[in-house]
Amino acid sequence: MLTIAIKIVYLMLSLSLLMAFIRLSRGPSLPDRVVSLELIASIVVAFVGVHAIDSGVASLLDVAIVIALTSFLAAVGFARFLERGAQG
Amino acid sequence: MTDWLIAIFLLTGSTFVLLAAVGIVRLPDLATRMHASTKAGALGAMMIMGAVMIAFHEQPEVITRAAAIIIFILITAPIAAHVIGRAGYFLGTPLWKGTIKDELRDRYDQQTHVLKSGPGEQPAAPSSPDRSEKKRQPRKD
Repeated sequence: MLTIAIKIVYLMLSLSLLMAFIRLSRGPSLPDRVVSLELIASIVVAFVGVHAIDSGVASLLDVAIVIALTSFLAAVGFARFLERGAQG
Repeated sequence: MTDWLIAIFLLTGSTFVLLAAVGIVRLPDLATRMHASTKAGALGAMMIMGAVMIAFHEQPEVITRAAAIIIFILITAPIAAHVIGRAGYFLGTPLWKGTIKDELRDRYDQQTHVLKSGPGEQPAAPSSPDRSEKKRQPRKD
């Protein structure tokens, strides 16, 4: 039961990663790409959580913490970079 | 029993993430895309972390770590969305052509970064039935 559910969840998360990548490569302006990067980071956090359940290795949650932290800092940094006058 | 609960949490969380991804592909402009991705994506990640909490319910340190991730996402997702939306507005990314209301357009000075407000400085009558003049024209720069 749980193994089937985990397979379905992997499939859905991969599909959403693909869609976020479509927006990342196509996005008309730079803020669109930054939003898509933010979504990719939270999809990867979800991926790491599912893999922690799947494999039973609880230490993988540290990776999820670091990814969440890095994505927040990247978002703030990108926003300051944009406000300082990058050409979007 | 626990397996069912974990499966339900995982499936709802990944459904929310998938909806966020569909929204980010299908919606027309930056603000609506952000509206889809920030809320639904954060909720999906938080529900999957809830599934992790249930799955490792015999180890308290893992529960604490997963709860820390949930609280961190809950705090930082609105801040990141606000900061990116602000930068996107200042950059002049065009809004969707069906946008009805843009309250900052007449009141915000892009050069001096001063927001005018108050009853004396209303740019137009707020109860005017004609809403078409409030539409924001896409800037050409």
